[in-house]
Amino acid sequence: MDLPTLWFIAIAALWIGYLLLEGFDLGVGMLLLFSTRKDRERRLMLNAIGPVWDGNEVWLITAGAATFAAFPFWYASLFSALYIPLTIVLVSLIFRAVAIEYRGKGSTDKWRMWWDRALGLGSLGSAFGIGAALALTTTGLPIDANGDRVGGAFAWFTPYAVLGGLAVVGFSLVHASVFLGLKTDGAVRVRARNFVVRWSPVALLPIVAWVLVVQFQNGTPITWALVVVAVVAVVFGWISARAGREGWAFVGIAAFLVAGASSIFAAVYPVVLPSTIDPAFNLTISNAASGEYTLGVMSVVTAFGLPLVFVYQGWTYWVFRNRLSEKHIPEAHVVKPAVAPASSASASSSSDS
Amino acid sequence: MDPLEIARWQFGVTTVYHFIMVPLTIGLGPVVALMQTQWVRTGDEKWLRMTKFWGKLYLINFIMGVATGLVQEFQFGMAWSEYSRFVGDVFGAPLAMEGLLAFFFESVFLGLWIFGWDRLGKKLHLATLWIAVAGSVVSAFFIIVANSWMQHPVGVELIDGRPVMTDIWAVLTNNTALTAYAHTVTGALAVGAGFVVGISWYQLWQRRRDNIDSVDATGRVVVGENASIPGRDRKDHSVWITSIRIGAVIAILGFGGVAITGDLQAKLMFEQQPLKMAAAEGACHDGTSFSVLSIGNLGSENCEDVVAIIEIPGILSFLAHGDFDTNIKGVNTLIPEYQALYGTNLPDDPLYGERAGMEINYLPIMEVTYWGFRLMIGFGMLAAAFAALTLWMVRKGTVPRSKFMMGTALLSIAAPFGANIAGWVFTEMGRQPFVVAPNPTPGGVDGVFMFTAAAVSPGVSGEEMIFSLASLALVYGFLLVFEVKLLVKYVRGGVASAMPELAHPDGEGHDGTGSDPDDPNKPDKRDDVLAFAY
Repeated sequence: MDLPTLWFIAIAALWIGYLLLEGFDLGVGMLLLFSTRKDRERRLMLNAIGPVWDGNEVWLITAGAATFAAFPFWYASLFSALYIPLTIVLVSLIFRAVAIEYRGKGSTDKWRMWWDRALGLGSLGSAFGIGAALALTTTGLPIDANGDRVGGAFAWFTPYAVLGGLAVVGFSLVHASVFLGLKTDGAVRVRARNFVVRWSPVALLPIVAWVLVVQFQNGTPITWALVVVAVVAVVFGWISARAGREGWAFVGIAAFLVAGASSIFAAVYPVVLPSTIDPAFNLTISNAASGEYTLGVMSVVTAFGLPLVFVYQGWTYWVFRNRLSEKHIPEAHVVKPAVAPASSASASSSSDS
Repeated sequence: MDPLEIARWQFGVTTVYHFIMVPLTIGLGPVVALMQTQWVRTGDEKWLRMTKFWGKLYLINFIMGVATGLVQEFQFGMAWSEYSRFVGDVFGAPLAMEGLLAFFFESVFLGLWIFGWDRLGKKLHLATLWIAVAGSVVSAFFIIVANSWMQHPVGVELIDGRPVMTDIWAVLTNNTALTAYAHTVTGALAVGAGFVVGISWYQLWQRRRDNIDSVDATGRVVVGENASIPGRDRKDHSVWITSIRIGAVIAILGFGGVAITGDLQAKLMFEQQPLKMAAAEGACHDGTSFSVLSIGNLGSENCEDVVAIIEIPGILSFLAHGDFDTNIKGVNTLIPEYQALYGTNLPDDPLYGERAGMEINYLPIMEVTYWGFRLMIGFGMLAAAFAALTLWMVRKGTVPRSKFMMGTALLSIAAPFGANIAGWVFTEMGRQPFVVAPNPTPGGVDGVFMFTAAAVSPGVSGEEMIFSLASLALVYGFLLVFEVKLLVKYVRGGVASAMPELAHPDGEGHDGTGSDPDDPNKPDKRDDVLAFAY
């Protein structure tokens, strides 16, 4: 296998890894917008992703940087063409990250309410924007011979962008519910399981539609076989969820994502960014890639680094494998100034010496 | 609206902002890890309290660095697509390595550290912090490698007008990168240490103001306690006096490192980017003199209006070469040399947009380089001087009751931040008009350079850039308010803000019994309340 193909696979794997792991983080954030008003339940949901969300987000950073390193022309064209949606993604990701860390550090309900909104909307914006970007890199953008977008700031805004956005939003909601069913106990667990059973047939429609759009455009027997695997997996996941088998439900939904997203990447190969103006302007793994030497160096680094990531990130999930329930969530700590009240500053003199 | 100017402002604003959070993360991390190491080694609760308190502030700041770092990685492609295409073969690799070999470690292990207090054994838990801290320090290395390649491109060959990487080792061991990395890390240590000094001073002062501690006739501290204030017991005093001493010592050592590495960097820069250094020194004419103060129109292109008020002969030569009589080329000599090498006008290429064919101004904005350079050094010296003063003033165990001195101590936290910002503004603006500076040293690949005017995304409009600049600036401003607000709140809360059990000393502890997580006789850990939860 030549190096550009290997790197196409690597980048597909990084994006799939990102959606697989961060999908439930983003979904939990969005669920906070509507699933419960009880603060203890909200904290339970948040703490289910607490130890792992930041590590999951690194998949996005690495996917972006690896695209830059291995396919700089793809990176440059895609990111500049999607200037406005990616700005929204960045603002969303910033708010989401800061909200997770800061929401519990204030002491008023208002403080928590606003940070919860920032967390929810930030998760929604990130999921939608990243979904739109991924859908467009598989369905095409109006790029010219130099790889630059033509048609103005909103040339990216097409039905495919909306479809991709809804696809990742819908998937994340289901994935998060499956995850919460597996990782929590009590009311949150029950609600999450019910959400999967009732809403996943609707919420997963956009991602299925995206898969089918790409397949009808570029499908091969192999990619159609992956679609079949994905369908079997999602049906299995749904049945398992209905039967209360949360572990299998998670496996089913995860396998659905891996097979479905793989079918998309496999179908568009070797094109990484089609031009909707002229197929001659398509960016492919050969005209967008870095040189052999760079790809070789990156292959060595990845062959060493990525398995290590699997090991220690996997270990994190092992350390925090226990189900959480509301009884595990400590009382919110109110931080008070460690100073004597102004009036008694002089009265409470040093006790002894 | 000119997309290039807006894109430059955006890069400047977002990078300076990002680099407020980052040096504090890099500098404070090792200090916290050191404190936890002492706790594990000695079992003295003082060290546990220090770990918890400084660790809490570390995390409040850490997340802002993470969040703003995303913008850095995305905006190369978004706003600087031509740059990304030109340098992608060599510049993306260190960024990807940063993700794979450093940032993954940092984020995953920090998650383990935050939530692992009662889930991991003591030593394993300590190890997770050290790994996370090592991740942040290694992460800085790869980023500096990428930046240094823009200052001094190495390890590439020009193929079809584009630099193609031929030697990763040369890129990773670029002499510019090694010195800049040492300079950055020592500078970050100074930031972290200054932060510890300022805040510990406030805490010691607060204890004196509340009449908890006092001094005897010889000025030696008399430690007291006040049970009605959360956390203000006798142990609390030792937390702050130890912190302030550690901070002051690291601040002084850090400054020493900054000075030595800065000198090495300057010597390289005289070779690699002579015009940047000449502009930093306000050196218009050839000579050996170092300008202490120059006035006049530093921005004038031919240096006609620049008047040197105070000059010390020989010093400039010493800074560049280590002797006192080597003639250093001034701006007036260098500009014709640059024009001869890299042209007098920008190429007539559509990449340059309206700027195609325009005359090139090789001189960076001299007010910025000249004063940026001096502010960097000035702030750094100020911070180090204050740390030295602190070390002497706390020799008898506490700080004076003077509110003014306490205010000064808190203000001194800003000095190393100021030095960092001034230094980066100097070195990035001093590189202009190039985004990738040419490499005139012997053996360098001299054809590898890029004008900033050619780097911006051709397809992106000024309006889009305004949208992103305005959104990011607004969000950054808003979040800075909240970060500072939270830091102030947690600082005012003392150690009890990070250790709720100190706020409720009589039973009903935060984590149930406060029992030893290593105790094998404990019935079932899985029923415990989490030691930490969002």
